Amino acid sequence: MDLSYTPEEEEFRARLREWLGRTLPGLPPRPSPDDWPGRRAYDLGWQRRLYEAGYAGVHWDATPSVRLIFLEETEKAGAPYVGANFVGLLHAGPTIAAEGTDAQRARWLPPILRGEEVWCQGFSEPEAGSDLAALRTRARRDGDDYVVTGSKIWTSHAEVADWCELLVRTGPAAPKHRGITWLALPMDAPGITVRPLRTLAGPAEFAEVFLDEVRVPVANRVGDEDDGWRVTMVTLSFERGTAFAGEVVACRRVLAELAVEARKNGRWDDPALRRRLGRLNAEFRALWRLTQWNVSAAEASGGVPDTGGSVFKLRYSHARQELYDAAAEVLGPDCLDLDRPWTPDRLSALAYTIAAGTSQVQHSIIAERILGLPKGR
Amino acid sequence: MSAVRFRLTDDQRALRDGVREALARRFDGRALRAAVEEADGGGAADMDGAAGMDGAAGMGGARTGGAQPGRSGAGGGGAGVARAAAAGGDGGSAGAGRAGGPGGTARTAAGRAAGAPRLDRGLWRALGDLGFFDLRVPETDGGVGLGLAEAVLVFEEAGRALLPGPLVATHLAAGAVPGAATGETVVAAVDGGLVEWLAEADAVRGDTTGAVPLRSLDPLTPLHRVPAGRPDPDPVAILLTAAEQLGTAGRVCELAAQHARAREQFGRPIGAFQAVAHLCAGILVRAETARAAVYAAAVTADPADIAAARILADEAAVRGARDCLQVHGGMGFTWESEVHLHLKRAWVRTQRAGGITESEELLAAALTPETA
Ligand SMILES: Cc1cc2nc3c(=O)[nH]c(=O)nc-3n(C[C@H](O)[C@H](O)[C@H](O)COP(=O)(O)OP(=O)(O)OC[C@H]3O[C@@H](n4cnc5c(N)ncnc54)[C@H](O)[C@@H]3O)c2cc1C
Repeated sequence: MDLSYTPEEEEFRARLREWLGRTLPGLPPRPSPDDWPGRRAYDLGWQRRLYEAGYAGVHWDATPSVRLIFLEETEKAGAPYVGANFVGLLHAGPTIAAEGTDAQRARWLPPILRGEEVWCQGFSEPEAGSDLAALRTRARRDGDDYVVTGSKIWTSHAEVADWCELLVRTGPAAPKHRGITWLALPMDAPGITVRPLRTLAGPAEFAEVFLDEVRVPVANRVGDEDDGWRVTMVTLSFERGTAFAGEVVACRRVLAELAVEARKNGRWDDPALRRRLGRLNAEFRALWRLTQWNVSAAEASGGVPDTGGSVFKLRYSHARQELYDAAAEVLGPDCLDLDRPWTPDRLSALAYTIAAGTSQVQHSIIAERILGLPKGR
Repeated sequence: MSAVRFRLTDDQRALRDGVREALARRFDGRALRAAVEEADGGGAADMDGAAGMDGAAGMGGARTGGAQPGRSGAGGGGAGVARAAAAGGDGGSAGAGRAGGPGGTARTAAGRAAGAPRLDRGLWRALGDLGFFDLRVPETDGGVGLGLAEAVLVFEEAGRALLPGPLVATHLAAGAVPGAATGETVVAAVDGGLVEWLAEADAVRGDTTGAVPLRSLDPLTPLHRVPAGRPDPDPVAILLTAAEQLGTAGRVCELAAQHARAREQFGRPIGAFQAVAHLCAGILVRAETARAAVYAAAVTADPADIAAARILADEAAVRGARDCLQVHGGMGFTWESEVHLHLKRAWVRTQRAGGITESEELLAAALTPETA
């Protein structure tokens, strides 16, 4: 067991740190959460800077350890979050890299890396959430096109996306996991209507996407027809793998800030609060170690994260909510003030146990795939 | 070459497997059961016949085979080293001097509680042969010469097997108290207001003045209450305790999952019911998170990492054992079942080293503006 990095990796860290120190002060001010075009421009601008400095593909080509260093250092330095680049860099991109043809890689990957195109994820439907394989959006073959009709929901960043990684049903007669196909949908195609949905936190983070006889070239299909479920599983394992590593670092910073605030406002004198924060410190230290543990396992198995991601995701999503509950205790009555940053963050944290597979679904995955319990219902 | 190699090395895996096999031979489920019965019914065990407990020893005629796996798995380190008289002779004057300090040795200071278990000396020496106690003693001093990471793996196995005895205290005394390294000497230690296995110990570290036996919740851990000052725990003791808790957490996870697969109600295995399956998954999540924390603390030896490991491991063991009990239904509430033994031992361990409060306060104090 070893927690140290190689000299090359430490060199990577030092160079990155130095670059961040030079670059971050020159960034434009952050746009407001409601300013979607502004957010798109800001997030793409950041990706472009990463590209120019040679860090764009760190999520793809680097070893898991280097990726971990990247996430740790950018977060520590307070660099922008992946934001609108999330699906491109962490879902669609890796899927295309793993499953796409050379031509598909050449078409879609460079614009993601250069910060030119935004992707969104059109998986969930009104009748297909946890039971994703029940999706009904239909794609009918017509010459060199698929003709797609149906609706997607909870599609994050749909308003500003250029592309959507879309799951459609091509084989209605096949068992539900079989007749699914993965398509790259251009968001400017005729027949698409995007209706933003406000979240409980205020801004419209996601949207409903209505598809009415939308034509998608067959050339936009990644993987075989009716093989989209397998293709999708590759994507989801990336999502639950290292995607949250940077956030653990961020949570540890927030926790230290809570302690600073509590010492200032006198609540630190309450041993129950101190112990609560001490416990959270243990929790996030452990989550960081668990990340390193999972990364080491992924490295040993050729880079693809396994069910360890479910263990992490489950534990982390609850820890994040507890962190902001503790923040509310530190703030006292001010926890009701939306102008205190921890207040909207507490609201956003509520999504973590739902998005990317609910906690209940993660429990079932662990019970069935790790513990070998019989499939439940 | 890849970088973060935060995984068990082949040697470490071999060490763990070897210790697990050796313990399965020397202290299996039947031996555990016999030890419990003996402690339970053994009101007669009040005489002072120190060595050679034949109750549990009789369970395993296979004691001779026990020594090798641990050693051979240890990466060649101390393989084949003769173990007799390996302890640090009179070098350990501090420990030896204090042994049996004010109040003399345990047995004269404070009697055994009625029905208290006896320690199986044969087992203790077998553990010594296995390298349990001198694992971290340098090879030049006759020890196995391994590190904290290996010690954590070995203590995890001890926790899994519910191995009785003052393991941590004797391990920490190796090299300081004569005979501790080889398992000839049983060493107990005052920890906060408690001493485990006082009446069975040959040497005691700490001040046992005024020790009184209490009727121990755990049938296999006799306890004395000691009017003590503030605990000043050794971080290594905390870490090894966390490792034992981790062993418990892993074991109760297995027991719960096994039972959930096998027991049928309403015409199907109870593990097919989500309420049961999710309890089991929760046990696993806590155990695996604790594992990352405990192993990392073994690598860094940082007091804050150790405190974190302890908090996570206590939670994983205690809550895991409780949920395991729930999964077992009425069977879980019986004396027959192994489950209560895990819960009780886990509860005993939570009282070590100042309890959870000390660790939480340490980690709260570690939250400073510099880390913000
Ligand atoms: C902030 C946010 C962003 C999102 N972004 C995207 C996106 O960009 N693209 C996208 O495709 N999707 C996205 N989602 C959708 C997300 O993946 C789904 O919300 C999630 O999979 C749950 O589906 P559902 O909402 O239909 O809930 P349901 O599946 O209806 O679940 C409702 C409740 O029932 C429980 N439940 C359901 N089935 C079971 C079962 N078998 N066993 C036990 N309990 C069960 C659930 O755990 C939950 O508590 C996003 C969601 C959120 C909150």
